[in-house]
Amino acid sequence: MTTAAPTSDATDEPALLAAVDVSKHFTVRDQLGRKATVRAVEHASVALHRGRVVALVGESGSGKTTLARMLAQFHPVSSGEIRLAGHRAPPAGRGYFRQVQLIFQDPFSSLNTLHKVRHILGRVLRVHGHAHTRAEVEEQVLSLLNRVNLTPAEEFIDKRPREMSGGQLQRVAIARALAVRPTVLLGDEPISMLDVSIRLDVLNLLARLCDEEGLALLYITHDIASARYLCDEVQVMYAGQTVEGGPKEAVIQSPKHPYTRLLIDSSPDPDRTGRGLRDQDDAEDLGEPPNLTAPPDGCRFHPRCPFAMDDCRRAFPDRTTFADGQWAHCWLHQHGRSAELDRTTSKELP
Amino acid sequence: MTARPLDTARSASAPSSALRGEPLLDVSRLTVEYVTERGAVLACNEVSFTLRRGEILGLAGESGSGKSSLITALTRLQRLPALTTGGEIRYHTRDGHLLDLVTLDERRLRPLRWTELAIVLQSAMAAFNPVMRLKAQFADVIVEHQPGITGDEVAERTGRLLRMVGIAPERAHSYPHELSGGMRQRALIALALACEPELVVMDEPTTAVDVVMQRQIMAQILRLQRRLGFAVVFVTHDLSLLMEIADRIAIMYAGRIVEIGAPQQLYTDPLHPYTRGLRDAFPPLHAPLTKLAGIPGSPPDLRDPPPGCAFHPRCAQRLPECEQVLPRLHQVLPQHGERQVACLLHDSIDPGGEAS
Repeated sequence: MTTAAPTSDATDEPALLAAVDVSKHFTVRDQLGRKATVRAVEHASVALHRGRVVALVGESGSGKTTLARMLAQFHPVSSGEIRLAGHRAPPAGRGYFRQVQLIFQDPFSSLNTLHKVRHILGRVLRVHGHAHTRAEVEEQVLSLLNRVNLTPAEEFIDKRPREMSGGQLQRVAIARALAVRPTVLLGDEPISMLDVSIRLDVLNLLARLCDEEGLALLYITHDIASARYLCDEVQVMYAGQTVEGGPKEAVIQSPKHPYTRLLIDSSPDPDRTGRGLRDQDDAEDLGEPPNLTAPPDGCRFHPRCPFAMDDCRRAFPDRTTFADGQWAHCWLHQHGRSAELDRTTSKELP
Repeated sequence: MTARPLDTARSASAPSSALRGEPLLDVSRLTVEYVTERGAVLACNEVSFTLRRGEILGLAGESGSGKSSLITALTRLQRLPALTTGGEIRYHTRDGHLLDLVTLDERRLRPLRWTELAIVLQSAMAAFNPVMRLKAQFADVIVEHQPGITGDEVAERTGRLLRMVGIAPERAHSYPHELSGGMRQRALIALALACEPELVVMDEPTTAVDVVMQRQIMAQILRLQRRLGFAVVFVTHDLSLLMEIADRIAIMYAGRIVEIGAPQQLYTDPLHPYTRGLRDAFPPLHAPLTKLAGIPGSPPDLRDPPPGCAFHPRCAQRLPECEQVLPRLHQVLPQHGERQVACLLHDSIDPGGEAS
């Protein structure tokens, strides 16, 4: 597990990769050819520092994958800026991808099924100029396989994807990302397709890479418990807006936004056995995230929020920062009503 | 949402509380094989358990553990190459008859579908017919099992079923794609309950929806289950979810049930090393964080399962005999209540014997 270094240490050097106030609007057409704009991400910022893990948490459609793809420069930003090591990021290309690598959710479809591991990893090494001769390729592929705990490496080097399990494939995918020797990894739900019993090993592997090799990692997930396990900081997104962020224990143990609270209270927690779900007697409708072609004005959570007031419908609130670096965008704090969030128990939430 | 009981013609005979706790389903030594070119693959291997009326039985296991093969065998929805090659599924009807669902012919099985057994599948988009409005799909089911019912009655019943799961009755006019994912899944649950079944099999009904919706759907299932009294077999890989909803949990590994017991027991004192590994595979949300380790290795290839206990290659506590001896699922010490485990570490039934 990564050690919980104070946030201030990390901010001394510029972030390896940062998104500064980025937005992404997609233009789509419906069946009738009418144009619509999907406001996928609005004014999001995230900074990735050496050796640290930031988790981006939210439901599907919250914009977390879009934000990661802007960081990877798969999608150009609609506004805002991507910064690499303190400077405006160079255009997408080999030079950029040598610094920033993405790991996808589904290892079964992200690897070429026709080739052996030797080729899959060797090609990356050759293309990026890290290995030239056959002997160099073999030596480096073996070392990569050892780094991702695919041992004995000599056995795995000549396997094809179909001869491996999901966990092993995801390790190959991680090894392929490492082969370019990046400084930043962007993991888009890297464990959600894997079997439960092997997820932890992949999380531990990612944690070790950050700890020992100083990689910066963005970990995208909908599973807040795994975010807590792996990361140093958490950012919570809802319907394209970043609603809360900060050190993980602050955010998870004392959320400052009603949506974060709802998300945490909704996550299965075995320690809650016997209470919770079974005792929920009222038929409740907690609503669903909005359609992003016509999102609600102001804070997009307001239609589902038990604390919604006029300001919430009018404008998205500014950031309120708390003692330990935790921050939230919620009108409750702007109106001095922070205490209400703590007083309300989860059962009284919507 | 107001949720009134379904006051249909059959409500009088609907799962009565008098029968609650009586056996509903006795599965014994059920074996399901996949016929492949390279020989038979045992997906379920002599699986035995009893399900009581009104009980929620959780079935947890990784992909390839045989949980889906088991429920398609239970509901007789399996297709070749899957084949039930052994064992019995004894179903107790309300009026005291015993039916063997393995051998029952299709003609006698059909009236039992929806009225006795229903299933909720993982992907509601795939379960609904995309070119039919919801109301037509509800009518299909209701009319089939209650011939002579009027159109008004069907519409009224459809509206009530949808309202029961928190969907506005007007939504009956929608096509499936016009509903959100969470709504579709709830509509599917309403459809499964249309004829007040005794047993509802749920195959990962919430894996395709987000956690907030998952929790709402789960709370709704529990509420309906309490009110209508049906039994549930709930299949998932998410043990932490089962801990909150199940009366009992069965853990499957490589086609066999390796442990079965109450959630609290499995959580605080798992007996099978695999159960322990699975429990420890979920990081806590609030408890202090410690470094956790997954279960080493990968699930076995069922085309070539390891001899003896299928878990032994991944087991840290294996004994030399685990490689040869197949542990049987059996009752453990009396103080464990109704708890069964298949592990040589717990093979002593003698109350004084060392069992842990």
